[in-house]
Amino acid sequence: MRGTFGLALGAAAAIALGFLLLPILAIFLQVPPRELVAHLGDRAAVDALVVTAKTTAIANALILLFGTPAAYLIATRSFRGRTLLVTLVELPLVLPPAVAGIGLLAAFGRLGLLGSTLGAFGLEVGFTQAAVVLAVTFVASPFYVRAAIAAFEAIDPNLPAAARTLGAGPARTFFRVALPLAAGGLGAGWALAFARGIGEFGATILFAGSLQGVTQTLSLAVYEQFDVNFDVALAIGAELVVVSAAILLLVKLVPWTRSPSTSLIPFAPSRSS
Amino acid sequence: MDTLTLDLAHPLRAFPLELELEVGAETVALVGPSGAGKSSLLRAVAGLLRPERGSVRLGTARWLDTAVGIDLPPERRSVGLVFQEYALFPHLSVRRNIAFGGERRADELLERLHITSLAEARPAELSGGERQRVALARALARDPAVLLLDEPLSALDAHTKATVRAELAELLRELALPTLLVTHDFEDAASLADRVGVLVQGRILQLGSTAELLAAPASEFVARFTGANLLPGSAGPGPDGLTEVVLDSGAIAYSADEGLGRVGLAFYPWEVSLAREAPSDSALNHVSGEVRSLVELGNRVRVRVGPLTAEITAASSTRLGLREGELVVASFKATAARLVSL
Repeated sequence: MRGTFGLALGAAAAIALGFLLLPILAIFLQVPPRELVAHLGDRAAVDALVVTAKTTAIANALILLFGTPAAYLIATRSFRGRTLLVTLVELPLVLPPAVAGIGLLAAFGRLGLLGSTLGAFGLEVGFTQAAVVLAVTFVASPFYVRAAIAAFEAIDPNLPAAARTLGAGPARTFFRVALPLAAGGLGAGWALAFARGIGEFGATILFAGSLQGVTQTLSLAVYEQFDVNFDVALAIGAELVVVSAAILLLVKLVPWTRSPSTSLIPFAPSRSS
Repeated sequence: MDTLTLDLAHPLRAFPLELELEVGAETVALVGPSGAGKSSLLRAVAGLLRPERGSVRLGTARWLDTAVGIDLPPERRSVGLVFQEYALFPHLSVRRNIAFGGERRADELLERLHITSLAEARPAELSGGERQRVALARALARDPAVLLLDEPLSALDAHTKATVRAELAELLRELALPTLLVTHDFEDAASLADRVGVLVQGRILQLGSTAELLAAPASEFVARFTGANLLPGSAGPGPDGLTEVVLDSGAIAYSADEGLGRVGLAFYPWEVSLAREAPSDSALNHVSGEVRSLVELGNRVRVRVGPLTAEITAASSTRLGLREGELVVASFKATAARLVSL
C-alpha cells in the first residue's frame, strides 16, 4: 500500500512540476539558442528593452522615494481610519489591470479628472512614456508600500525611542535607526514591486498604448511580435524569464536579515507598565 | 547639580498616575508591582510620553509644563534612559551604539565600564550583564543631567545580578547625578537607592530611606512589599504602655507602637529568633507553630513557621536541628513589632 501511495505522490508531483516548467523550457527550446540571442538584436526588441529600462528605473525611483516615507508614516502613527487607509493602499494589488488602466485614463487622460489641469500646463500624459511610468508605479507600488509598512512596524518601538533620548531628532532617528533596521523588508518588498512592474501589461496598454520605441515595453512587445514574428516574441520572452528568475534568486539568496532584536533575552520577565 | 522636579498626572489603564517628586544629586528608586505606572513615569520624564497634565523641571529649565504648553522633545531633554531590556541598536557595534549618544566620550566610557574589549562586537553577541553596561555607557555618552533606569536588573539572571548590582551601585555613587530608577524588586531598590518610594496604583505610598521604610512601614502594602511578616489582629491598650494585639489566631502579642482597633502586626524575618521552647528573655512575643519549610540562602536559612517567616543563621539552624513538621517557638521583641492599619 505504502509503495502505491509513494508512487502516486511522485506521479502527482512530476505532473505538477512538469506542467509548471514545460512552458518556460519551451520558450528556450522552440528555436535554437543562437537564433534566440540573434533576435534580441531586432529593432522591436531593442526599442522595447530601452523603453522598459527607462520607465522601470523612473517608476522604481518614484516608488522608493514616495513609498518609503508614506509607509513609515503609516507604520509609526496610530490614527483613526488607519486600517481603512492600509486597505486602500492594497487595493491596486487585487484590482484587475484593465481596471487600473481605465482608472488612470479617467484620472490623467486628456478627458480625465486632472486632464484639463495638466493640459493647461501643456502636459499630456496619455499615450506617452510618462503614462507607462504612471501605470507601472500604480500597479507595482502597493507591493512595496505594503512590505515597507510591515518592515517598519516590526521594529522594536524602543529602538527609535532610545535614539530620541540619545539626542537624535526624528530625521536622524529615521535614517540611522529605522531605515537600516527595516532594510531587509524594504529590499524584499522592492524586489516584488520591481518584478510586478516589469511584467505590467494591462494598465499600460490601455493608458499608454503600445507604440514601438515610445510606450512599448518588453511585455507589450511580446504581445505585438506574437503576430509579426513569433521568434522575436520568444526571444523577448526568454529575456523576461531570465530577469524574473534573477529577481527571484535575489530575493531568496540575499540574506534579508530580519532585524534581530537585541532587547529580547530568553529569561527576560514580562515588561512592567 | 540641578534638581529634577516632577509633578505629573496621567491616566493609565486602570488608575491614574499621580505623583510629585524631587530628585537631587541622589538615586531615588520607585518600587512597585507590575503595572503600577513605573515605566510610564520614566517615559514622561524622558519626553516619550506626554502626560495629560503636569510639569517636569530640571533646576529652572522647564522640560514640560502642560499649563503653558511646553513639551520639549526627548532629544532636547538632557536625559539618559536605560531601557528595561536595554534597546541596544542591533545593527551597530558596541562602540557605535555608545557613539550614537556622543562621539566624544565613547572611548572613556568603554574603559570606565570595562567593555573596551567588546567595542567591535554586535549586541546580539553579548551576555545580559554586558548589554547592561553598554546600555549604561550609551546613556551616559550624551552627558545627561538626569539618569533614568527602567528595571535595570530585571533582564539579568540571578547569577549575574548580584555582581551587576554592586557595580551599578558604585557607578551611581560616583556619578552623583539625579537618578530615578524603577523596579519591582525591593531588594534592588534598597541596594541601589538613597531613597526608596513605594509606588502602587500610580501613587507614592511612602518615600524614605530604606531604614525609614523598614522602621515604620506606612501601610500594610509597604510592610508586605518590604518583606515583613504581617499578622492581622485587634489592638487595644496593654501593660507598661505597650499596645496589646489579640491576633486572629487567638494568640496575644505586644507592640511598642500605638494602635487601636483592626491592625496588622508587621515584623521582619531577621527580627525573629527561633527556639524549641519559649525563652524567658526580653523578646516578648512568642508564636509557636510547625516548621513548614526550610530554605538555605548562603549562610542564612529562611524558615516558614506557621503564619510567619524567620531568617536565622545557618549555624543556629544546625544547632536547633530544625526539620519540617517539628514544633518551634518564634520570638520577636515588642519594639520590632510595628503596627500598620488594615
